[in-house]
Amino acid sequence: MQKRITWPPILLTILIVLLFLGGLVYGAVSIPLESVIDILLGKDIGRPAWQSIILQSRFPQVVTALLAGASLATSGLLLQTLFRNPLAGPSILGISDGANLGVAAIMLYFGGTLGMVTELPISGYLAVIIAAFAGAACILGLIIWFSAKVKNNVMLLIIGIMIGYLASSLISVLNYYASTDKVHAFVMWGLGNFSGVSLMQLPYFLLFTFVGLLLAILLIKPLNALLLGEMYAANLGIKIKRTRIGILFCTGLLTATTTAFCGPISFIGLAVPHIARLMLGSSNHKMLVPVTMLAGSCIALLCNILMVMPGTNNILPLNAVTPMLGAPVIIYVIVNRKNIQYFD
Amino acid sequence: MRTQEPVIETNHLGIGYLLKGGRRKIIHEDLNLRLQPGEVTCLLGLNGAGKSTLLRTLCGFQPPLSGEIRLMGKPLASYSQSNFSLTVGVVLTEKTNAGGITVYELVSLGRHPYTGFFGQLKKHDREIIGQSLEAAGIAHKAQNYVSELSDGERQKAMIAKALAQQCPIILLDEPTAFLDVTSRIETMVLLHRLATEQHKAILLSTHDLDLAIQMGDCLWLQEKGRPMACGTPEDLILSGAFESFFGKEGIVFDPSTGKLNTKAPVDPIGVEGDFLVSYWVGNALIRNGFRPAPAKEGQVNVNCLSPSDLLLTLPDGKVRKLDGVAALIEAVREEEFSTKVSPLSAQ
Repeated sequence: MQKRITWPPILLTILIVLLFLGGLVYGAVSIPLESVIDILLGKDIGRPAWQSIILQSRFPQVVTALLAGASLATSGLLLQTLFRNPLAGPSILGISDGANLGVAAIMLYFGGTLGMVTELPISGYLAVIIAAFAGAACILGLIIWFSAKVKNNVMLLIIGIMIGYLASSLISVLNYYASTDKVHAFVMWGLGNFSGVSLMQLPYFLLFTFVGLLLAILLIKPLNALLLGEMYAANLGIKIKRTRIGILFCTGLLTATTTAFCGPISFIGLAVPHIARLMLGSSNHKMLVPVTMLAGSCIALLCNILMVMPGTNNILPLNAVTPMLGAPVIIYVIVNRKNIQYFD
Repeated sequence: MRTQEPVIETNHLGIGYLLKGGRRKIIHEDLNLRLQPGEVTCLLGLNGAGKSTLLRTLCGFQPPLSGEIRLMGKPLASYSQSNFSLTVGVVLTEKTNAGGITVYELVSLGRHPYTGFFGQLKKHDREIIGQSLEAAGIAHKAQNYVSELSDGERQKAMIAKALAQQCPIILLDEPTAFLDVTSRIETMVLLHRLATEQHKAILLSTHDLDLAIQMGDCLWLQEKGRPMACGTPEDLILSGAFESFFGKEGIVFDPSTGKLNTKAPVDPIGVEGDFLVSYWVGNALIRNGFRPAPAKEGQVNVNCLSPSDLLLTLPDGKVRKLDGVAALIEAVREEEFSTKVSPLSAQ
C-alpha cells in the first residue's frame, strides 16, 4: 500500500561507482581505466609510477572522499532533525570549530602538519588527529552539558554558534602569535583536502567513520519520532536524553574524524540532507539516512574530481568547490520554503 | 451512576515546577480528580489557571510535587516510560516538523511503542494504522504529506496517531485552539465518538466554553488557589460554579445562554405560564439581549397564557396585552427606557 520510491538509492549507487572510478582515472596524470582496475586487482602492469599514484595517492583519496562525504552529510541530517532547524550543520554547533582549534593548537604551536605527507614524521599526524578529537570532544562535552541545562533547542543552537565563535577567536589569537610558515600550513589545511589520509592511516579513518555511520543507522527510529518534537517522542516511549546524547556523540565522532583528516569542509553537511530530501520527497529517516549517506559520498566524490583543474597540475582547494555546489542548494531551499515544507 | 473505576485518579496531587536549589513553585495543590472511561472530560480555566501544568503532569512530562497519580489503578511512579506510552496517548500543541512525511507514516509513529528496534511494521500494525485512520476520518488523506493538510485535518491525523498507540487514555492540549468553527465541532464530535464507541477516557483542555458545555460529558473548572469544580456542564451551570469561575471584572456568565457576556446593569424579565410558550418567549428575549428569569414581584414579568395572549406586567403594575412574540419584543423595547430593563450586551 505504501509506494516506495527506490530510484534515488540506485541512481546514487551507480553515480558513486562512476565517480569513484572517475576519481581514480582522472587527475593531473590520466591513467586508463583498464590499468586502474589491473592495479587495484594487484596485477603488475610494469608502470611503477602509475601503481604508486593509484595505490598511494588516488585510492586513499577517493575512499576518503567517499566516507568523508557520507560522514558530514549524516552529521548534518542528524543535527537538522535534532535541532528542528533546516540550517543546522556540523559546523554550526561548534564541533568542527573545536576540531579546528585542536588542530590549530598543534600546527601553530608545535608545527605538526597534515598536508605535506613526506616532510613530517608520523607522530606529527597523530598529534594533529588526537588534537582534533580532543578539541571536538571538549566542545561536544560542553554542548552535552548545556543540553541538560537548556531544554530549548534553538537556544542550544545559539550556544553552539557562540562556542564556535569563541573557538574561532582563539584560533585567531594562535594565528597572530605563530610564525608565517606555520600559519601558511594551517591555512592550507583549512582549505580542505581529501588527500590527507595515507594508505597507512586509512584503516583508522575507516574504523571511526564506520562506527559513526552505523550509530546513525541505529538512531533511525528515534529520529523519526523526533520529527514530532521531543514531547511527542517521549510519549512514544523514546528515551529523549539517551537519544540526544547518542545523536551528539555520533555527530561529534563523524565531524571530528573528518575534520582531523580532511580539514574543515564546509557546506556538505548543511546542503546534502536537503538534496536527499528533495530526491526522496520524504523526511522519513528510514530512507533519508541511507540516501543522505549516498548523496554525501556522491557530492564529495564529485567535488574531488572538480578540484582538479582540467589540463593543468593545479588542484583547487576543496572549500572553494563545495560552496559552488552547496550554496545554490541552500538558496533554493530558502526561496522555496513554501513548496518544500519538510520542516513544517 | 458512575460505578466504573476511574482510569486516572489523583489524590492530594500538587502540581507546579521545581526551581533551582530545590525550591518549588506550586501552581495547584490538593487536587482530587477522577477521569472516567467512555467520557469526554473538558478542562476549562482562564490563562494561568494551570491547565497546561496539570496536563503536562498527567502526561508524565513533569513530576508531581506532592500527592499521587494512579493510572488504571496503579501509581504513576510504577510505570516505565514504555508502559506509560501504552497507557496514555497525547495530542499536543507542540510544533512538529513532520511536514515531509505522509499521514500514514505519521500515524505509524503511533506504533513505536509496539515495534522493534528499527520500527518495522508488521501486518497487525498495518491493520491498526488502517483502523485508526478510518476512526479519525482521515483515511482519504493517508498518502498525502502532512504539510498538505489543513489545521483540522492535521489535528485528526494526530488523533489517529494517538489511536494507533492503542491507549485507554488520550490527553489533548487545546485540540480546537487553531481550528475554524467546522473543524472545531468535527474534532469534538470525533472525540466524543471515540469515547463512546471505543470506551476511551478523553481529557482535553480548551478555552471553548460553548463546545465544552455542548459536548463535554464532564467538566473540570480550574483556577489558582481554589479547589477544582468537577461535574456535568449542567450541574456546574445550575450550581453557579461557572459564574464563580468565569465571572470576573466586567464579565458575567449567563446561565440561560451558557455564554460569557460583558456585564451590564441587567434586570431580569420574569417569564411564566404555558411551558412551550414561555420557552420560546425566553428564546426571543435572549436573542434580543434580555435575560429571562422566574417571574417575581417588582420586575418586568411576562405571563404566557397562549401564543396569542401574552401579558406584559411592568413594575408599576401597568399591564399590556399583546397578541404575539413580535409585539411583545416591541413592547419590551418601548418600555426599556421607562423601566430599568436594558440589554445584556450588544451581542
